[in-house]
Amino acid sequence: MFDFKVLTQWIDQSLRALNLPDFGVLVIELVLVGIALLAAYAILAIILIWFERKICAWFQCRLGPNRVGIFGLLQTFADTIKILLKELIPINNNDKILFYLAPFIVILSSMLSFGALPFGKGLQAIDFNIGIFYMMAVSSLGVLGVLLAGWSSNNKFSMIGAMRSGAQMVSYELSVGLSLLTMVIFAGSMQLSQIVNQQADLWFIFKGHVPALIAFLVYLIAGHAETSRGPFDLPEAESELTAGYHTEYSGIQFGFYYLAEYLNMFIIAAIATTVFLGGWQPLHIPGLDGFNHVMDYIPTPVWFLGKAFFCIFLSLWVRWTFPRLRIDQLLHLEWKYLLPLNLLNILFMALIVIFKWHF
Amino acid sequence: MEVKGIYIKGVKNEEFKDTEYLQKYYVEELQQNGSNIVIGALDDLLNWGRSNSLWPLTFATSCCGIEFMCVGAARFDFARFGFEVTRSSPRQADVIVVAGTIVYKMAPVLKRLYDQMAEPKYVIAMGSCAISGGPFCESYHVAKGVQEIIPVDVFVPGCPPRPESLLYGMMQLQRKVKLDRFLESAQKSKKRRKEAVREIRENDGKLK
Amino acid sequence: MELKEKILKRLPDAGFEDAQYPTVTVEPDKLHELASMLCREEGYDFLVSLTGVDWGDSLGVVYHLARSGNPLDMIVLKTATADKEHPQLFSVTDLWETANLNEREAYGLLGINFINHPDMRRLFLNEKWKGFPLRKDYDASPENNPLSIESEPFSDKLRSLSFTTQGDIIEKEKELFGKEEYVVNIGPQHPSTHGVLHFRVSLDGELIRKVDPNLGYIHRGIEKMCESMTYPQMLHLTDRLDYLSAHINRHALCSCIEKAVEIEVSERVEYIRTMMDELQRIASHLLGWSAMCMDMGALTAFIYGMRDREKIIDIFQDTCGARLIMNYNVIGGVMYDLHPDFQKKVKEFIPYMRKIMKEYHQIFTGNVIADERMKSIGILSKEQAVSYGVTGPSGRASGFSCDVRKHRPYAAYGKIKFNEVLREEGDTFARYMVRLDEILESLNILEQLVDHIPEGPYQAKTKPIIRIPEGEYFQSVEAARGLFGVYICSKGDKSPYRLKFRSPGLSLVSIVDLISRNEKIADLIAIGGSLDYVVPDIDR
Repeated sequence: MFDFKVLTQWIDQSLRALNLPDFGVLVIELVLVGIALLAAYAILAIILIWFERKICAWFQCRLGPNRVGIFGLLQTFADTIKILLKELIPINNNDKILFYLAPFIVILSSMLSFGALPFGKGLQAIDFNIGIFYMMAVSSLGVLGVLLAGWSSNNKFSMIGAMRSGAQMVSYELSVGLSLLTMVIFAGSMQLSQIVNQQADLWFIFKGHVPALIAFLVYLIAGHAETSRGPFDLPEAESELTAGYHTEYSGIQFGFYYLAEYLNMFIIAAIATTVFLGGWQPLHIPGLDGFNHVMDYIPTPVWFLGKAFFCIFLSLWVRWTFPRLRIDQLLHLEWKYLLPLNLLNILFMALIVIFKWHF
Repeated sequence: MEVKGIYIKGVKNEEFKDTEYLQKYYVEELQQNGSNIVIGALDDLLNWGRSNSLWPLTFATSCCGIEFMCVGAARFDFARFGFEVTRSSPRQADVIVVAGTIVYKMAPVLKRLYDQMAEPKYVIAMGSCAISGGPFCESYHVAKGVQEIIPVDVFVPGCPPRPESLLYGMMQLQRKVKLDRFLESAQKSKKRRKEAVREIRENDGKLK
Repeated sequence: MELKEKILKRLPDAGFEDAQYPTVTVEPDKLHELASMLCREEGYDFLVSLTGVDWGDSLGVVYHLARSGNPLDMIVLKTATADKEHPQLFSVTDLWETANLNEREAYGLLGINFINHPDMRRLFLNEKWKGFPLRKDYDASPENNPLSIESEPFSDKLRSLSFTTQGDIIEKEKELFGKEEYVVNIGPQHPSTHGVLHFRVSLDGELIRKVDPNLGYIHRGIEKMCESMTYPQMLHLTDRLDYLSAHINRHALCSCIEKAVEIEVSERVEYIRTMMDELQRIASHLLGWSAMCMDMGALTAFIYGMRDREKIIDIFQDTCGARLIMNYNVIGGVMYDLHPDFQKKVKEFIPYMRKIMKEYHQIFTGNVIADERMKSIGILSKEQAVSYGVTGPSGRASGFSCDVRKHRPYAAYGKIKFNEVLREEGDTFARYMVRLDEILESLNILEQLVDHIPEGPYQAKTKPIIRIPEGEYFQSVEAARGLFGVYICSKGDKSPYRLKFRSPGLSLVSIVDLISRNEKIADLIAIGGSLDYVVPDIDR
């Protein structure tokens, strides 16, 4: 396995070789990391949007975009250019500051959580010892942006959408948190790098018996609801609230919401990958050394993205199959089914860890 | 593609231009008049992006709306051209396809929808009702075409137009979008631009 | 006749006519007495149609009444007032709920005030509209009512006229919405109103407190236009009423005219019309199903429905040359003979559709979310369905047996066996299931007919100018959304004196307020999808 530390350390050393002060080196490195993350963010969003449009078309017996570029690969670039050029409409009688701030909060929250993801071996911008906690904290900031958008737009549809979103995010945050907590109990650490390293021989979803499997399923459902897509797209609910909380946004402000929606989907899938599916670890089966060796040759970021895209595919599959839930059903699902199940599951997992029943 | 074998009383067959008419003559002519290579190339890029990502507003009043839905469905699939992101909020839409009759009571609503859309915005009048009132032009409550209310870019005749003709109309709109000179017009003075347009019109007359 | 004696006993000066249906003419002040007697004692609990007519020297209303047990055993009531300045008649809203919107329509288009009506607002036109279009002396010059692009505020004042104890008429006004109410506009441009319907919804959180439908955004004045057109000319307007059952609407008008002029159509024409009607019904129900799925958030199901609808459109296209608005029926027959491939394609289509129906049930009906969202939501009881005049799949879902094809078979329906799909629950799910089951029933009908199309001419010879003899005619057919009726009042000219389309949509939209109260916003959308109204059919 190629360790990306080699690359990052080489950059660090060559910067230090220029006899820059420590502070200067740090600043340059931060800028480099920032640029790399922003680029990755934009490129991933563009790929994701294209991916979704193609997958959706495939589900629906259509062709999907195919006029610009091969298989319509450039479609999202065209959309980006268009959306950048659109007029930003100033709206009368709204809360101007909050209205302009809201899209930034949404994009900021997804950017913050994006930055802490371990993309490959040694390819992690920052490795907190409370990584999972940090992820949970910053990704819940997004709901603030949605609520502000709904409030400041001075539009009744936006308001209803935002209130729905508030109820939904706060509820499902619990399930996301508890299902991740189950795995934290199992791993004994909140640090993402440690969690990944522990899965070198076998992924947690196989290691952790039934509770890990249940936690994975619950996480997929709750995480999917967190992104407000698919059957859980109540805050937007195209056929009920026209465009929900972002009804009044145009141009790039709307583009931010659009972007954040897809990136949140990726982040949820990436956390699922990290915690349950072994992160960037290749597929290893104990006993089959030859197979394991071959798997090691596949670069770690490919493993990471591959697994994440598999989770995204699952999410798309659900999205394009199910009808939308109603708000009471949504809350019933969380408070009556997922939450009790989760609590039991945590107990079960704790027992497993105490009595060392796991593999 | 050459258009052949059309017979309409009183109109010569030669008068029908081929379908790439707009692009072939207007774009080439515009470029012949000269533009800064960087700005021109950038403009082309912007136009390419804008023309390939025209998101329609979900707006339909009557029969043509069903054909509009058909265009979105599996057989005709306007997603191929990047049109499939139909937005329900006018703020996020680029083109409003006026599919169906517009009556007096609807006219203020249509105007408001158009005003709510963000620039640059385009209008396609789909079906004879939207073009002229169609079969209802004698009615007391029907507007005689949407151009009385909002400016129209492309007319798609038919009652209702077949999905193929709507697709053609949308492609024609793409060509029209490609004619825009976004950066260049900002650079050139308005007078020079007017001259250029006049010249093109004259050339167009000669071509005929 | 027993009923005649009963009526004469109560109202000695009532006039009787034996036209197509028994017709009773009464003075305006006696009308309500007669109506309540027919409704409460004789069981005429279904007001099929309410038509306002300008008789020249007087303004009147024609009521078509029927018994819910047999929706086509009809009796016609007529009344008229000579006062054209301030015409006032008595409202029958207390007897039949469906009269509510119909009387508002008559008020808007003819200016007849209905005493005791709770809500006298104009239904289709703006409050400021000058003149009453359906009156014969209406000045249609555009200067009176110019095209305006300025939005007008809605009038929220419910005006009602009532008698005091002294016998004077007083006007009362009531506000539609209170100042504290949170009113949301759903429509006119909204993805799930199926066109340009406008609901003003008063909300309490997610719960709906009141729905006020605001109609007329696609009021095209078809009935007025028909009065200045000859009979063959006006046919094409029917296709554009309820464009999803274009064939069926046109069938109604054609057969009404054929009955009036006594044109015999050949058996082949009857068969062709029946088959086309059934294909159209399948196409319409498929679109209704797809649109409902889309409203509930399942976009893939929408695309599947549209995909299969294209197969029917292919069949139409071969024979009629058009996809949506076919202009196929003409007076005395059909426009063209069947395409040679017609039978082959229909035979291919029937098994395909049966197979694909299972897929629909898998993808949507069996889904737990869909089930939860549809069951016990928007319940309409049978009595309400009858009183509001809700027919078609929505009425049958409440147990109201109202299938015209069964009760008074027209065209080739008398020669075939089929079941009327009935359900008892009356909720959204029942309406949804009736629609899907009717597709299967229509496939059965097609299967019985497709091999037995008799030979014969596809068009009867008609006179170049058709004049309908003086009289009144009413013909109803079962359109995809319910009972579609055509009322023609002729004075012997080549164009009708008054023509009214009894559209099923108006009844459907009148129950939205009733059945969506105290449900959630999402339910309103699902209810709208299950009622499956087409707005141009409502507004006409």
